[in-house]
Amino acid sequence: MLTNKKDCVTMLLAGGQGSRLYVLTEKKAKPALPFGGKYRIIDYALSNCVNSGLDTVGVLTQYQPLLLNEYIGNGQPWDLDRLSGGVNILPPYQKFGGSDWYSGTANAVYQNIPFIERYNPDHVLILSGDHIYKMDYSKMLAYHKKKDAACSIAVIDVPLHEASRFGIINTDEDNKILEFEEKPANPKSTKASMGIYIFKWSCLKKYLMEDSENPKSSNDFGKDVLPHILECGEKMYAYCFDGYWKDVGTIDSLWQANMDLLEEDMVGGSEWKIYSRSMEKPPHYISKNAVVKNSIVSEGCEIYGDVENCVLFPSVTVKEGACLRDSIVMADTVIGKNSCINYSIIDEEVNIGEDCRIGEKKSSLAEITVIAEGLILKNNCIVPSGAMIDSNIN
Amino acid sequence: MSTLGILFSDIHSRGVAELTHLRTVASVPFGGRYRLVDFPLSNMVNSGIYKIGVITKSNYHSLIDHIKSGKDWDLSRKNGGVVLLPPYGIAASAGPYKSRLDALKRIKKFIESSTEDYVVMADCDVILNIDYNEVIKFHEASGADITCVYKDTEIDASRSRHSTVYKISDSGRICDILLSPEISGNCNVAQNSWVMTRKMLLYLISEANTHGLEHFGKDILLDNVNNMKIMGYQHNSYCAHIASLSGYVKYNMDMICKEKRDALFAVPSRPIHTKVRDSAPTRYGGDATVKNSLIADGCIINGYVENSILFEGVKIESGSRVTNCIVMQNTIIESSSSLSWIICDKNVIIKAGRTLSADKSYPLYITKGKMI
Repeated sequence: MLTNKKDCVTMLLAGGQGSRLYVLTEKKAKPALPFGGKYRIIDYALSNCVNSGLDTVGVLTQYQPLLLNEYIGNGQPWDLDRLSGGVNILPPYQKFGGSDWYSGTANAVYQNIPFIERYNPDHVLILSGDHIYKMDYSKMLAYHKKKDAACSIAVIDVPLHEASRFGIINTDEDNKILEFEEKPANPKSTKASMGIYIFKWSCLKKYLMEDSENPKSSNDFGKDVLPHILECGEKMYAYCFDGYWKDVGTIDSLWQANMDLLEEDMVGGSEWKIYSRSMEKPPHYISKNAVVKNSIVSEGCEIYGDVENCVLFPSVTVKEGACLRDSIVMADTVIGKNSCINYSIIDEEVNIGEDCRIGEKKSSLAEITVIAEGLILKNNCIVPSGAMIDSNIN
Repeated sequence: MSTLGILFSDIHSRGVAELTHLRTVASVPFGGRYRLVDFPLSNMVNSGIYKIGVITKSNYHSLIDHIKSGKDWDLSRKNGGVVLLPPYGIAASAGPYKSRLDALKRIKKFIESSTEDYVVMADCDVILNIDYNEVIKFHEASGADITCVYKDTEIDASRSRHSTVYKISDSGRICDILLSPEISGNCNVAQNSWVMTRKMLLYLISEANTHGLEHFGKDILLDNVNNMKIMGYQHNSYCAHIASLSGYVKYNMDMICKEKRDALFAVPSRPIHTKVRDSAPTRYGGDATVKNSLIADGCIINGYVENSILFEGVKIESGSRVTNCIVMQNTIIESSSSLSWIICDKNVIIKAGRTLSADKSYPLYITKGKMI
């Protein structure tokens, strides 16, 4: 055997398109989406892994992997460049007798059984790369071992009126799982699955093989594999997590999760660091006449205008007289003189001319306006509330 | 063509004695997130120089902590990479280096065992963004024995004492060298970096050993201006030579000016690399007012900041006023305090309600880790 035995190997599902993010994920996979000023969404899962002492991570990619491949590279920014283990990017590959795309989350892991076997692990942690949270997986692993569970699922308490949007898990008083309900109309519990699973590897392997033999299965963990394991009478436990956790699968939730960072320590303190690949820019500059309030500003920005309730990514330029409110502006975007941006998400490398009006003041009626990556909007453009712009405006 | 880099990390430590009390010149913080060594290291890497020896004699813990394996400069390499060269020697020659030439004598083996054709040597007290390939091209084309980088710039008597000035003929040849002159006006001021072949450097070191030479500037350069072809290469872009605390403040404040900042940091394909600290972006509170300032990542700002530079992780609490200050890493300015023309080193705490005021002509320096 080439590699050392690992107690727990992590499989990070990063192949999803994130279709409800529309133009934002047209050119990149959802885990590669910029978040929180200097991060990409996948930084949270990768940093959680390394902070939890898990040093062997397989990243399962399929949709638009180029940016993600380049971003993760050898894993050095997350300290995941290791002699044994480290981060490995796992796209679908050709095998003897044929090749297949990943048909579902379970199938993606099934196709990479040989990768997991190289490390001969006792446990496998399955994560999805599209949530914002800080979590110590080593505590969950300890719980999983203590309960001697075949599978442990992390759950978070959600408000009852929102519970019907989630996969809900019903348990006994010892948190032993009794039942799964996918988006129930009348939820019996408020424990929502966070999409974080730890399996005994021997158990997971057995059920992945069974799942692959089942022509009726859609090869999905939540829909197929987990309910099947429960039906077979295996011991499954819910692990309760009570920190901040946000799914950023929609434009609204992406906007909200970014804005949550403006609240002090909403996403947890600085002792649990989130790592990212650095853009290597000088500190940001705030000019004499600029106003910056209640905002997050990253390295390399140059602010000459008026910014309030915004998250600005690296090297954003806000020119004189421009006014930004309740907006997220991603890296290398330029906002021209006297342009007004309200309640919007502006993707990377967008060039907005002078005197433009984008979006509408945030209110219960207004919708988020989105401008896609790399666009050029000429002077005097007007983009209405809720519009999603994916081509240049002259 | 291949080139070896040699950096002198603490040749000029007396110039900014306050800042170098606990560190080398190379590890003096600059511009909100950098250390002085970042500039020569980045210049070399951006010029394709991937083997660099960093000569250091004392107080080098902060430098080791900053450079570590060199990976942030792409210098964690199997072949070459960055090598720290602390004092090493037997009996008579042991102890800290006495001079630049003494240091070179004692790293002779390192230079001998290298295979590169050229050597670029640089000090860490000069901040510039330079392409050494251009200097080497100039060196080759002019048939020089040694090429010295300079900039034609205005200088006053207070600065000239810390500088070297070249007299240069029309052909570009250096015909006289003024070490620590007392002059003012426009001069060809040395930018403390030199190019020659590795063979030439080894020859000069062996000459120095044979004849007991001690000073690179005087015994090698000045004494040979007539015997050797010593050429001057003019660097036309921004240069800052940090030789005093007031100069340190002035050049830091220069970075607030976009033109000067861009001359260092926005040169295409020549970024300045530094140690990555993974701070979160800076958060501005509802009461924050910031004007004409340079702010690094990781700060939390709730007070008033004007004409200042904040390094990573600085906290400015509400009601406090910070004007014309340089505030280094992780310093905390508590509520309702007021600072003017103050340089706070790392991890300083200014307690609530304190007022500290100095002047442009004499900024006040607060030592690392102090609480006021």
